[in-house]
This record gives sequence, structure tokens and C-alpha cells, in this order.
Amino acid sequence: MKIVVCVKQVPDTAEVRINPETNTLVRDGVPSIINPYDLHAVEAALQIREAAGGEVTTLTMGPPQAENALRETVSMGVDRAVLLTDRLFAGSDTWATAYTLYKGIEHLGADIILCGKQAIDGDTAQVGPEIAEFFGMPHIAYVRKIVEVGNDRIVVQRLMDDGFDVVESSLPVLLTVVREINVPRLPSLKGKMAAKKAGILKLSAADLKAEEENLGLKGSPTQVKNIFAPEAKANRKVLSGSMEDNVAQLVNELVEMKCI
Amino acid sequence: MDYFLTEEQVMIRDLARQIAEEKIVPVRAELDETGEFPWDVMKTLAQSDLFGLFIPEEYGGLGKGCLELTIAVEELSRACLGVSTTFAANALGTYPILLFGSDEQKKKFLPDIAAGKRLVAFGLTEANAGSDAGGTQTTARLDGNEYVINGTKQWITNGGAAEVYTIIAITDRSKGPRGASAFVIEKGTPGFTFGKKENKMGIRASATTELIFDNCRIPKENLIGKEGMGFVVAMKTLDNSRTGVGSQGVGVAQGALDEAVKFARQRVQFGHPVITFQAVQHMLADMATSIEAARALVYAVSRLVDSGSKDISKESAMAKVFATDMAMRVTTDAVQVMGGSGYMKEYPVEKMMRDAKILQIYEGTNQIQRNVIGQALIKEAARLK
Ligand SMILES: Cc1cc2nc3c(=O)[nH]c(=O)nc-3n(C[C@H](O)[C@H](O)[C@H](O)COP(=O)(O)OP(=O)(O)OC[C@H]3O[C@@H](n4cnc5c(N)ncnc54)[C@H](O)[C@@H]3O)c2cc1C
Repeated sequence: MKIVVCVKQVPDTAEVRINPETNTLVRDGVPSIINPYDLHAVEAALQIREAAGGEVTTLTMGPPQAENALRETVSMGVDRAVLLTDRLFAGSDTWATAYTLYKGIEHLGADIILCGKQAIDGDTAQVGPEIAEFFGMPHIAYVRKIVEVGNDRIVVQRLMDDGFDVVESSLPVLLTVVREINVPRLPSLKGKMAAKKAGILKLSAADLKAEEENLGLKGSPTQVKNIFAPEAKANRKVLSGSMEDNVAQLVNELVEMKCI
Repeated sequence: MDYFLTEEQVMIRDLARQIAEEKIVPVRAELDETGEFPWDVMKTLAQSDLFGLFIPEEYGGLGKGCLELTIAVEELSRACLGVSTTFAANALGTYPILLFGSDEQKKKFLPDIAAGKRLVAFGLTEANAGSDAGGTQTTARLDGNEYVINGTKQWITNGGAAEVYTIIAITDRSKGPRGASAFVIEKGTPGFTFGKKENKMGIRASATTELIFDNCRIPKENLIGKEGMGFVVAMKTLDNSRTGVGSQGVGVAQGALDEAVKFARQRVQFGHPVITFQAVQHMLADMATSIEAARALVYAVSRLVDSGSKDISKESAMAKVFATDMAMRVTTDAVQVMGGSGYMKEYPVEKMMRDAKILQIYEGTNQIQRNVIGQALIKEAARLK
């Protein structure tokens, strides 16, 4: 079983700053972490390996410093880590990112591809499903539990607003995972020592035989005009008094607002 | 202060700190309240390889020494002494095998211990053998290819939770102190059961129980070292583990100081944060200074142990006495700095104060440590003549 986990290095802050000129994320001076959802994807991959055997590879597209994020995944116990890095990749939107990762995974080969449900900086939740589209393979988003992994099939629970679906898919498949799926393990000492020495495979656009017009800023159909935090609407009311009064009051308010 | 730790030692410290903050701090109050054994934390420690720190690489460990163990225990103690006692007692129980075990015993037990699959406990104390191990009444009688163990050990840390027990029993009473021997006994051996679990003032997350041996038969190969070496095994084990108790003192005191400083900066009285009052500042200054002095001593003695020095009794006793007396003072002062809030369970310092007390008692009371130091002084003076 070959499992590839896509991970992203993101700034460690809820307050993402934007460069007003380029409308891209400012990374300088902000400490980096692995996108938290991706840690759940790494943990899911390690658990699949523990149950079904195989090899786990983490993959990221990013600048050379993204190597640190990959080393962190090695310290958690992944078998190898691959960095897609090239000036040509700079300025990628989700489409170009997904294309590049797709070329990377094609190069490596995979039965199961795992992604976090979204990255906490961009918050688009697009890259995972887009990768699957490039491959023309099935994807299941918002996976909250992996029920069963067979040689050519997988059964998972997909988180829905009103509960969950049980979904079966053939392999290869791409899954995006939510926090509920597991608690990511902490690194081990042996892992940390191995991570320090681990060779990180670096691949360029040429290595991937990627088509240049699909890469980076040039290959990105999305042009970001402006990014801003939505204005907070202070339409909030706190009810006080006994529970019975509160419920009655709440029902009245909702009726008035024509919600019920 | 910079102790010129190696890159690996810093790595160990950071990982132990991460575990302490993420996995221990959130559960310590509940563990204290319920006295439940911290299985989840032990699992995390096992996954992180910390159980293998001091075990040689050939047995699946990391092959590190006393200083690395000291650093890890200090970080865990900063969060919860109950958890760190469980972890440290595991090392205590392992030393007899590590220091005196046969190749077969090492091969049989150390890999699982290093992986954290099996916990270990050390059983020396009995009802009539506290400070005076000479009062040991548990016996081991050779019968063919087996030893038959009879007697009761009390107040044994990790009792019930551990799978492997290293214990001291009398094999030949006529030989006095040379008539004791060390054995390794596995949980589940017929005739080996556990008595009552103690209800303690502090370190409540750690399990403390009786070990009861009633005609418990173990294979002859479970003798550690040779017959008659029991007290040598015990004393060398304690020599090696005492710095760990010292580092528990450093850790819990640091945890208490951190809380006290944080609180004193926030708590306003007479229109000012209480930390601006010189009386409070001086208490905090003394606490911080004595912690640093203790840490320096504990680290220095740990390095002495790692150097392979043969006689470490005096220095390890000094590290234990100094750091644990300090911990009792500092945790008490932390409660004082925080006033009534410090006395309440909403804050962790009252627990730290209750927990700290054990450090002056177990693995040889601080009076006994002073005896050890005093005897060493007498010996050294006699040698000079
Ligand atoms: C929570 C807990 C966990 C423990 N875990 C373990 C364990 O895992 N394994 C194990 O084997 N034991 C364990 N012990 C036992 C512990 O090591 C003993 O309690 C300790 O050695 C002291 O023995 P005692 O309590 O019988 O005190 P006593 O020996 O009865 O001492 C009573 C008082 O007399 C003083 N005293 C005694 N003799 C002298 C002397 N010669 N000179 C000066 N003062 C003296 C002592 O310092 C003390 O103040 C544990 C104890 C506790 C409370």
C-alpha cells in the first residue's frame, strides 16, 4: 500500500497578513507550522500503515524552508518525504498547486492520497479534490473515520451537517480528513533523530515533466483582487434568567425573526 | 541558565516539555482527584521513546545516560510529580537488571522496557524495613531449580501496574547483610498478588501498593547477580536513581515558581500587581536562585554518574537532599506568594506542595541521605591521615 500525504507549511497565526501589493500571504517573520489538518492526515496514514502495511510518503510544494515541515513528519514516523521546489512554482493558486502536486504524486505513485480538509491560511478546501480531478480518481472529502482498508477498496465515514455517510470507494482514492478522525501523535525521539539525518527528495518542474504554462503565477487562473476579514456583525443578544424563561424568550425571538 | 546541553539533550528536553504541556497539564488535576493510574500518559511516553532513554541501543533503547534521564524527569515533574514518579520508578526498577543482570535477563526484559510495553517496579521496603533495609523479612529459599519467595513488600510504586518487579529477599539470614539477594519476578506468577492500594497525600496519580508473595515459585535464573549481593544491588540502584529524585525536585519547584510569577503579575492589591512589592519579589528571587543552584548540582552529579565514576554515593545523596529540601521550600513559598488562591484547587500549586513532600521521604529519607554524606566525610578524612 503506497500512501502519499500532502502537507503544507503555514504561518503559525490566526491573523494572516496580506501583502497589499501582491495580494499574497506575508510569510516573513511569521513562525511556520504544519497545517494542523494535515497532521491528522499524517496520523491517518500512519494508522493505515500500522493496520495494512505499506509505505507513507509526505509531499509538499514550497520554498526550500518547507523542508522543516517535512522533517517534522519524518519525526512522527513517515518513511520518506518529498519536496517539490522550483522558482517556477512561485505564486501558484489552488489550481496550479493541485496540478503540481498531481505531477508529484504521479511521479511517486499512490494507492491512497490523504490531505487535510483545508489549509488554515487559504481556507479554500480546494486542493485535495482538485488533485483527484487531475487524476480522474474518486475522492471523499471530510473523512472522519477510516472503517476498513482492503487491497482494492476502502470504506470511510464522511462527516455531514446532519451526521455522517458511510462511503465505499475503489482504490486509488483521495481522502481529505477532518479533526475528528484522530489525535495526531507527538514525534518520537528516534523519529526526531532520524528526521535530523533524513534525506529529503527534492524534485523540480523538470523532474516532474510538468508543463510550464500550468505552473506558478502563470498557470493560475485565479487572480486575488483583495483579501479582507468580514466585518463582525454585533447582532448578538444574551438571554438571562431561568432556563424556562430563556427557552420561551428564545422561541419568541426566533418566531419574530421568522426563523421558525 | 545555559548548561551547554548537546543538540540531542535539547531535543529530549523539548519533547518531554511538549508532552508535559500537551498531555499532562490538562489531566493532572483529575488524576490527582481520582488517583487513577495515568495509562494514557504512559502510552504517550512509550510512543515518544522516553522509556528507552537510558537503555543501551543493543536492547532497543537510545543508549543515553543519567543526564538525559534527569532532563526528561525534570520536565515531566514540572507538570505533575505523580506522573514523573511513575516514570522514574520504572527506571528505578530497571537499574538492578541494567547494572547487575545477566545477558539473558537483559535480552529478556530490556527491549520491552525500552519500548514502554512493560512497566517495572522496585520492591525493597517492608513493614519492618524502611530506612533500615536490614530489617527485611521476605525470604527466598532455593528448592531444586526454583526459588520460593515468601513475604510482603509495602509502598511499592507502580505496584499492580508494572509487569516486572525487581525485589530484595533474604536467602541466608545467618549471613546478615550479605544474606540478601535480588530477584526479578513477573506479574502473573502464581503466588504473587497485590495488597491494598494506598490513599496518599500527594503524587496521587502514582500507584503505591503491597506486593504479597505466598510460596511464589520463580526459576533459578531470576536471581539477579549472585546470592548475597542483594543489598549491593539495592544500594547501587539507589545511587543511580537518586539524581532522578533531585531532578523531580528541580522540576516541581520550577513549575511552582512559574505559576507564582504568573499569578503575582496579575493579582492587584493596593493598586499594584503584588509582584511590584519588594517582599514578594525577594521571595521569588530566592526561589529562582535556589532552583538554579539545585539544578546546577543535579546536572553536575548526573554528569559525574555518566562519567563512569565508581563511587557516587555522596554526590548523589547531596543532589537528592539539596534539590528536594529546596523543592519543599519553594512549593510552600509559591502557595504563600499566591495567598488564598494558592491554597485552592483551582490553581496547581497546592498540589505541587503536597506532591513535593514525598521527595524528602522516598528513595532514602533526607536524614538517611545526610547519614550517607556524613559517613563519606568520615571515610575521606580517615583516608587523608
Ligand atoms: C509514596 C511512596 C512510594 C514509595 N515507593 C517505594 C518503592 O517504589 N520501592 C520501595 O522499595 N520503597 C518505596 N517507598 C518506601 C520509602 O523508600 C520509605 O518510606 C523510606 O525509605 C523511609 O522508610 P520509612 O517510611 O519506613 O521511614 P522510617 O525508616 O520508619 O523513618 C521514620 C523517621 O526516622 C528517621 N530515621 C530512621 N532511621 C534513621 C537514622 N538511622 N538516622 C536518622 N534518622 C533516621 C527517618 O528519616 C524518618 O524521619 C515508598 C514510600 C512512599 C511513601
